[in-house]
Amino acid sequence: MAEYQNLFTRVQVRGPASHGVPAAPGSIWDRQGKPIFSHLLGQIGNAQVGPVYLGTLGMASLICGFIAFEIIGLNMWASVHWNPILFVRDLPWLALEPPPPSYGLHLPPLAQGGWWLMAGLFLTASLILWCARIYRRSRQLGIGTHTAWAFASAIWLYLVLGFIRPLLMGSWGEAPPFGIFPHLDWTVAFSLRYGNLYYDPFHMLSIVFLYGSVLLFAMHAATILAVGRFGGEREVEQTVDRGTASERAGLFWRWTMGFNATMESIHRWAWWFAVLCPLTGGIGILLTGTVVDDWFLWAVKHHITAPYPHIYGSVTDPSATGAKQ
Amino acid sequence: MRVSIPLLGMVGALALGVVAVLTLSHPPTISIQRGYRGTGMQLEYTPHQIATAFKTNQAPTAIPQTNAGPAAGTIYQNVQVLKNVPVSAFAGIMVSMTQWVAPKQGCGYCHVAGNFASDAKYTKRVARRMIQMTLYINSHWKQHVKNVGVTCDTCHRGNNAPSQVWFTGVPSTAAGGLTQGFTGEAMPSAAADGSALTSDPFTPFLLGHDKIRVSGKTALPNGNRMSVQQTEWTYALMMSYSSALGVNCDYCHNTRAFNKWSESTPQRVIAYYGLHMVRALNNDYMVPLTGTFAHNMLGPSGDVAKINCATCHQGAYKPLLGAKMAAQYPYLEGPGTLADPDPKSPAASGEANPAMITMTAVTTTPAASSPSSTTASPSTNTAPASSATTKPTQ
Repeated sequence: MAEYQNLFTRVQVRGPASHGVPAAPGSIWDRQGKPIFSHLLGQIGNAQVGPVYLGTLGMASLICGFIAFEIIGLNMWASVHWNPILFVRDLPWLALEPPPPSYGLHLPPLAQGGWWLMAGLFLTASLILWCARIYRRSRQLGIGTHTAWAFASAIWLYLVLGFIRPLLMGSWGEAPPFGIFPHLDWTVAFSLRYGNLYYDPFHMLSIVFLYGSVLLFAMHAATILAVGRFGGEREVEQTVDRGTASERAGLFWRWTMGFNATMESIHRWAWWFAVLCPLTGGIGILLTGTVVDDWFLWAVKHHITAPYPHIYGSVTDPSATGAKQ
Repeated sequence: MRVSIPLLGMVGALALGVVAVLTLSHPPTISIQRGYRGTGMQLEYTPHQIATAFKTNQAPTAIPQTNAGPAAGTIYQNVQVLKNVPVSAFAGIMVSMTQWVAPKQGCGYCHVAGNFASDAKYTKRVARRMIQMTLYINSHWKQHVKNVGVTCDTCHRGNNAPSQVWFTGVPSTAAGGLTQGFTGEAMPSAAADGSALTSDPFTPFLLGHDKIRVSGKTALPNGNRMSVQQTEWTYALMMSYSSALGVNCDYCHNTRAFNKWSESTPQRVIAYYGLHMVRALNNDYMVPLTGTFAHNMLGPSGDVAKINCATCHQGAYKPLLGAKMAAQYPYLEGPGTLADPDPKSPAASGEANPAMITMTAVTTTPAASSPSSTTASPSTNTAPASSATTKPTQ
């Protein structure tokens, strides 16, 4: 039978709904909705749902996001002539494409990428407004603004891809389309055009931080779950008053790899790995095409590529030997 | 009702499993090393794919050819291309063509009953041009067809029209008005292996002369303005190559540097000539036949059926798995074999086969030379006379 031993338990203890602290003085909005309890959500998180605080920034963000969603979705639907069955069946293939490169940075007609620009504008506004809302909520709760800055790092990558790099390249057509498979095809084409993104050192760093984040998250989660029986989940208390859980967790890593993070530092590790992933990735994208045209040749130039024997002998470009074009 | 997370998880896993089983290739897969160890170059096949390629690429039994009798042109009327072929070989080619192109309809598919000399049927006029095209391929494009060569069956496989042809353009599905214009990409692309890339990567490259090469030649920017969108067209064309030959990228490329010839396999050079060959065939042979074909043989926009890699390859790395069919029809090897016979030549007396001599001469031509230089001066019958002036009808 399930027992309530510590916070890591499948037993759901339900008390009266928590309304939290009062909204900040001067707020024109209050928290919305009467809290409800969900057993299902209680299995993966807090069973209490709501109340929600949307506020000015939240509402503005949702409206902008809805407009972008509608522009993208309706244009996708129009591209199958408003056929609802095709819309659902082919949804992963459908796209809202940026303007052809021939338009440069000029404003194209709506049907020629104008909708894409507009969707990008509203989606960008929505993301930045939501980030500002996270910042403001953090401030008003008196907590740090780490979440907002982490989100800003992701927005940086998004803006580099869809706005800053196209600006530098002088063409909106350099930006990726909106669409599930189309944006993946674009990603492959981007790497093909610029001589293999794997040789971009900032892309390498981004992958390091991506997989590093996954590894750190797994290591940290495993450690804390493992010391849960000693109260290890009370990380903050353990930080200021190290108990046996913290000691055992530290000993475990010191014994296995000679070094251990602390209850405080592990979260800085995780935050920086997560933030640096899109930050370095954005730099890698920003350099592509603007200052480096072919990453493979760049890597050859800087002796990064491994030389392999050409087992097929010398294969040469037939067009270079004057053969028929 | 209390739904548990494990139950939801199991339902989700089941749904994912069904999607995976229905969409992914089933094991086993066969991997064949293609490059130096460490490069990760390998060819991937599934047994099902190999079985299908074998089934669709079996060469038919060749009808034995003899070289007896006088030239066909002296016996039959209105023989324009094969007039110097000994009449028994001529009959052999005609019977074989029936087997290759019209096994159900027989001679009557092209010929008017009782008057085989008549050009009344459009199919006969097309067939004549197609024989010329076969001769042109076998003589001018050794760099692509090597010593295997082609016959009608390489593409036709017993069908009136080859099963794998393409027509220009994709019918628009866009709603029009203020909404996004038709991009040609809003559907799984049959041409590009079901991706979201364009459904017609052929018109710009296999009919037109759009640039395929998008990568730069220098590490730093040096004036190469090819866009990512242009790259997607090249990417789609390459996917069509891949599907047509039943091979993955590594057959021709080292994927760490797709555009570098020094990193590529020799097959990439053969593919290069294949592209130029197909472009020439479409512009010089197929497009000028647009008005000759019956209307129901044309595409939705009234354009003629055209050739791409799949037309011959049909899922195999070599059409008919490299069966040397053309060698059994030496008179289809090229226009050099069809010159006006010298009365004293072995051909006229049926003693030896002049085509074999010509073929030897052709194959010893250095590989680096231009395809058009392999044959000296094609007769007016066999040269694509319209090639210089013909422009693709768009």
